[in-house]
Amino acid sequence: MPAVQETVEQVRRIDVDQYKYGFVTDIESEKAPKGLSEDTVRFISAKKNEPDWMLSWRLEAYRRWLTMREPTWARVDYPKIDYQDAYYYSAPKKKALASLDEVDPEILKTYEKLGIPLREQEMLAGVVRPEGERRVAVDAVFDSVSVATTFKEELKRAGVIFMPMSEAIREHPELVKKYLGSVVPTSDNFFATLNSAVFSDGSFVYVPPGVRCPMELSTYFRINEANTGQFERTLIIADKGAYVSYLEGCTAPMRDENQLHAAVVELVAHDDAEIKYSTVQNWYPGDADGKGGIFNFVTKRGDCRGTRSKISWTQVETGSAITWKYPSCILRGDNSRGEFYSIAISNGHQQVDSGTKMLHLGKNTTSRIISKGIAAGKSNNTYRGLVTAHRKATNARNFTNCDSLLIGHDCGAHTVPYIEAKNSSAVFEHEATTSKISEDMLFYCRQRGMSAEEATALVVNGFVKDVLQQLPMEFAVEAQKLISISLEGSVG
Amino acid sequence: MAFLEVKNLHVEIEGKKILNGLNLSVEKGKVVAIMGPNGSGKSTLAYVLAGKDDYKVTEGDVLLNGESILEMAPDERAAKGVFLAFQYPVEVPGVATMTFLRTALNAQRKTRGEAEFSTPEFMKLVRDTATHLGISQEMLRRAVNVGFSGGEKKRNEILQMAVLQPRLAVLDETDSGLDIDALKIVAEGVNRLRSPERSMIVITHYQRLLEFIVPDVVHVLAKGKVVKSGGKELALELEAKGYAQYAGEAA
Repeated sequence: MPAVQETVEQVRRIDVDQYKYGFVTDIESEKAPKGLSEDTVRFISAKKNEPDWMLSWRLEAYRRWLTMREPTWARVDYPKIDYQDAYYYSAPKKKALASLDEVDPEILKTYEKLGIPLREQEMLAGVVRPEGERRVAVDAVFDSVSVATTFKEELKRAGVIFMPMSEAIREHPELVKKYLGSVVPTSDNFFATLNSAVFSDGSFVYVPPGVRCPMELSTYFRINEANTGQFERTLIIADKGAYVSYLEGCTAPMRDENQLHAAVVELVAHDDAEIKYSTVQNWYPGDADGKGGIFNFVTKRGDCRGTRSKISWTQVETGSAITWKYPSCILRGDNSRGEFYSIAISNGHQQVDSGTKMLHLGKNTTSRIISKGIAAGKSNNTYRGLVTAHRKATNARNFTNCDSLLIGHDCGAHTVPYIEAKNSSAVFEHEATTSKISEDMLFYCRQRGMSAEEATALVVNGFVKDVLQQLPMEFAVEAQKLISISLEGSVG
Repeated sequence: MAFLEVKNLHVEIEGKKILNGLNLSVEKGKVVAIMGPNGSGKSTLAYVLAGKDDYKVTEGDVLLNGESILEMAPDERAAKGVFLAFQYPVEVPGVATMTFLRTALNAQRKTRGEAEFSTPEFMKLVRDTATHLGISQEMLRRAVNVGFSGGEKKRNEILQMAVLQPRLAVLDETDSGLDIDALKIVAEGVNRLRSPERSMIVITHYQRLLEFIVPDVVHVLAKGKVVKSGGKELALELEAKGYAQYAGEAA
């Protein structure tokens, strides 16, 4: 199995303390003054040449945020965040957006290090799929500004709009006005409200009726500047009968201070539309002593607004010091379907509190949750999920499967499912298992010639197989590597 | 010099002494049967040879081809040609048998500094071997030992042995839980692997298996040491008289 071989080689090369993406790009950047105030919000809005309605929207969110409190219910523990001690806007100073040639070479170098084939030809070479030429369009977010958008032309021909949010606000205000905040309202929760006030950039996707997006859309987020939060805002709309698959991948340089990341992702699927959203997240998890790392507080929600619409979340989470993330589906349209496939891996001192919400509102709505949590080192890994059936949600169906795997003796796995059915015809199933990688299993593999690392990688890859299969193929291999890298050092 | 040399081996597990000065030598190309009552230390010997944790060697040595293997990790021993067919094969959920075999074989080859098998070469090797053992393609795609019947698990062990081509194969009660038809298939599989280059230790409680896998030498193990050795006829004698006569000997 070449992928496993490759993983194993990666494991050998990479030490838990040698975070692969832990470099800082030396480029001049332009920051907003430190701290958060109305002025900061105005500064960001002005920097982006936003129309007045957008500024008012932000200010309203900011004022709301002032009245809110940081949530404390998650099973995570971190020092209090000083929101006045961070920068809320950072952009590379040299802006060169006309073509890739004008992009700061330092930035391109960064992407090269990250292994992102930004240039089209590299992309073509990198991701040709066996069943034909399918490509990936990348909208790269470097700190707060989208540096370059590729494949724009081809997408344009299909009628697909794929651009940085800041551009969409200017070029497609009618769409942005209609959909922004319609799934995650500005008042939703502490972190989402903060994001609404200070969001810097992100991706905007609109797929018109009946269009199947001709390629996988992909965004790489990268937090580079010290002490800046990355507040992206992503909005994806699939109009009637449309289909789009979107992948986000994340890395951040190694820094001692914890960096705050509070993103909001909103998905809207109309009648018969389908959105597939995949995340591979490997942000810096902190060092072996639990120092540093990203605080990842993310609100992701999809609205199956139309009948027979479908939204599918797939996530492979291996990074961040703290993860607080519950990609959810509102199953509003009759016969709509929500899916959540997750692999959450924690090692070292990482803390993960993640899961999903499936809110069944329409008739005959179905949902499926497959969650695989793997805890190693001294980490804590919690699955928290909510499945509800509204009064009118006749014949709602949910199937949930939560499996936890423990590696070693100092880690914890927790499963916290909430299930509420207000309609007596709802059928909700919940299965949960917790297991340890058994010595017998490892010995069996090692007796056949595998090293301890190879044996662990094999067993873990077997454990997460159901979910890996949900990822676009080219990313499944990458995810498989990540899994092994993040478990390095977990076998004694 | 014998290929495997077990010298005055003393082993305990959680403070309990299991092997008490066991001596055993296995010549190259020979099949040695180890028989003995329950609790005589047969499986412990198998695990100690393979390098399982939990077993503490307090005295003695194990030499493979003249080299002590006691300090080696299980995977190092495997690469040197030690194979254990488990009495209770372990399930590995989500990992296809084919994937498992390829990972194992290539890991061994890499440790030995040999080139890895290409995918087509490997597939052919496994398919040919599997056919002899009555193992279907479907079974090769299924997760290792998950949902396998007792007979399928044991056949899978022999398949792995055939693919990995060990120099010393230890078969730990491979006959347990098999009906006569399954036993014949497994025995044929083992016999096909008999070779002047391969030594085998066949551990069993019953003489029945040895009708199909005819040993060169039979050792009787009781209370952690070899108490009697002989030719294949010793197995028949044991079958007739039972192990009771050895109950007091090693005490």
